Amino acid sequence: MSGPETSEKLVGDEMGLDTPPVLAVDTLLDDPKTRIIVCCGSGGVGKTTTAAALGVRAAERGRKVVVLTIDPARRLAQSMGIASLGNTPSKVAGVSGHGGELHAMMLDMKRTFDEIVEAHAEGERARAILANPFYQSLSAGFAGTQEYMAMEKLGQLRARDDWDLIVVDTPPSRSALDFLDAPKRLGSFLDGKFIRVLMAPAKVGGRAGMKFLNVGMSLMTGTLSKLMGASLLRDVQTFVAAMDTMFGGFRTRADATFRLLQAPGTAFLVVAAPEPDALREAAYFVERLAAERMPLAGLVLNRVHGSDARQLSAERALAAAENLEDAGIVDQESGKAGLRDSDADTGTTDTGTPDTGTTDTGSPGADMSDADVDEITVGLLRLHAERMQVIAREQRTRDRFTSLHPEVAVAEVAALPGDVHDLAGLRAIGERLATGVPAGA
Amino acid sequence: MVSGKGGTGKTTVAAALALALAREGRRTLLVEVEGRQGIAQLFGAEALPYEERKIAVAPAGGGEVYALAIDAERALLDYLQMFYKLGSAGRALKKLGAIDFATTIAPGLRDVLLTGKACEAVRRKDKAGRYVYDHVIMDAPPTGRITRFLNVNDEVAGLARFGPIHNQAQAVMKVLKSPETAVHLVTLLEEMPVQETADGIAELQAAGLPVGRVVVNMVRPHHLDEEALGSAAGERRADVAKALSRAGLGGSRRGGLAERLVDPLLAQAAEHTGRVKLEREQRSVLEGLDVPTYELPLLGTGMDLAGLYELATELRKQAVDE
Repeated sequence: MSGPETSEKLVGDEMGLDTPPVLAVDTLLDDPKTRIIVCCGSGGVGKTTTAAALGVRAAERGRKVVVLTIDPARRLAQSMGIASLGNTPSKVAGVSGHGGELHAMMLDMKRTFDEIVEAHAEGERARAILANPFYQSLSAGFAGTQEYMAMEKLGQLRARDDWDLIVVDTPPSRSALDFLDAPKRLGSFLDGKFIRVLMAPAKVGGRAGMKFLNVGMSLMTGTLSKLMGASLLRDVQTFVAAMDTMFGGFRTRADATFRLLQAPGTAFLVVAAPEPDALREAAYFVERLAAERMPLAGLVLNRVHGSDARQLSAERALAAAENLEDAGIVDQESGKAGLRDSDADTGTTDTGTPDTGTTDTGSPGADMSDADVDEITVGLLRLHAERMQVIAREQRTRDRFTSLHPEVAVAEVAALPGDVHDLAGLRAIGERLATGVPAGA
Repeated sequence: MVSGKGGTGKTTVAAALALALAREGRRTLLVEVEGRQGIAQLFGAEALPYEERKIAVAPAGGGEVYALAIDAERALLDYLQMFYKLGSAGRALKKLGAIDFATTIAPGLRDVLLTGKACEAVRRKDKAGRYVYDHVIMDAPPTGRITRFLNVNDEVAGLARFGPIHNQAQAVMKVLKSPETAVHLVTLLEEMPVQETADGIAELQAAGLPVGRVVVNMVRPHHLDEEALGSAAGERRADVAKALSRAGLGGSRRGGLAERLVDPLLAQAAEHTGRVKLEREQRSVLEGLDVPTYELPLLGTGMDLAGLYELATELRKQAVDE
């Protein structure tokens, strides 16, 4: 196994770029001042798995953690015991050590919205809102509702103060930025002047100077009524009227959550895969967080490929494969000069295979011909060449990010051959996150 | 309609499909709805405006591909202008936040506008009465949202029980549910995307929306026979070292350069076969769905314009337009 030092050296040698600072995951998890970790990034980069793995690791290092996931894979949810939609955290069995605990929950967007209504309105009124068609559509998840409810839930969990660390996964938005924008947008709509106009056009015209505007308003509500159909407009008006009186203002709530995200106890982790789209989103997000003065802890780069045979370049591997295919007539001695000795010692293990001592005997029992051995060796070499091409491509993509944001600390997580859906897998991811064990090790 | 879980390459597949369908003398329109400018990036073009533009000529003497990034807000203003001649009142609405409100919050309105614009392009004819576009391909929202996105017209039609929006929604829904529409789902041979694909198909079918094909993307070549690999890792290990040496990679004795490559190369091979096994499992799950598939290879050099044409050619080989 190669340690992080060797890999860094290798990467540095090959690329001639400064490597970014390494994200100290355990320091972040152990710091009692860290109260909220938000995992964000574009879809399909492993956000949920990262959040769950951080939760497991923090709990096993002694913290009382709750993980709020949005849309986990079924088997991952099952392994954490949150497959059923409870909308409240439940304790995850099998996570222990140093007095820590792990709780987890999956966000039920509609239920969260319903609960807000029920908590703020009396029986009859609450029932009227819950039955309103406009409310039903809105709460079932149109643009922004999921993001808003995730933030609402985060606020609730933080207010309960039952946990010393909350790890939040963010909704699978089209873009990572939706998560920051949607709550504010929803808040300002439900709280905004347009809604008030819808509600009571007469009020706006209170001052003489507003008369003209008032005419515009009735023209507008008239148009809206024509457009949406009077019944929908009425539904919206009823809904807004009901919501308006019972809320302390949507915007106020959205603002409060926004401030919570800016607070010193919050740490953002931008999650990405080493692919152009994901890292482009990550770069946007890093810039946006800075603009909003939200504390960025670093970048988690998932699914990074590596190799323990980096000393063999793709080109040489392919050339060697061709040599073998061309009947294998190659001068054995001349090949030696090709490899650089300095790099060649990474990645080998001295233990293990018993028959490495001799080079002159094939096993008599094997029914593979020498041609078969050559064929499989060609396969090994081609596979390696592909791997090296992937590594080079990923490195270029990362270099682009690093040159834009050299200050951002990075934790790399090696690509795993399969999906993660049990605690052991999450622990392994957590270990890789924390120790920066590079891909291929 | 091309949908798929995030990270499966649905934009790429949509673009390749638009190229593949643009045979000689034909014209396709590639539509984007999520404001990401993914199409422009893919074709190395400038950000697309709200305007149909020629973006590429298809391979092998093919037809033309046009592209359009639909913006819900602009689509609503256009719509209001078209039906109500709103002019300055439209601007006033915008100032007040009403347009923003309508396109962001009003249930499904945004989605109706997006699909509505695409349907308009589908039905548009030139002066000679010919369809302007032979095919319209939409890079649609991801699998998790696709049914709601397409079916939202139903939902809107239910909410707005009469009026122009109601009628518009009905008309759009008729096109979307017709045999002229196909919803293709892009997946990788990995557990989560396959699971989402299965769920997506079930949802689309339940909503009466036409499921097209499953596009299995980034399929890896398989170089190695598992059994042979077992022997290579076991009793024939020394012979592998010798073969590497013969290939010109150094000495095959213990500690020799070629010999030291054996373990890492075998480890990579084991990882590879492990993944192949998982892929096989996922493939059988897909087969169980009983939906026809296209397969697209993983491009080793990463995605660029040349790769996109390669994928389009591949789709044509798989008789994409028959």
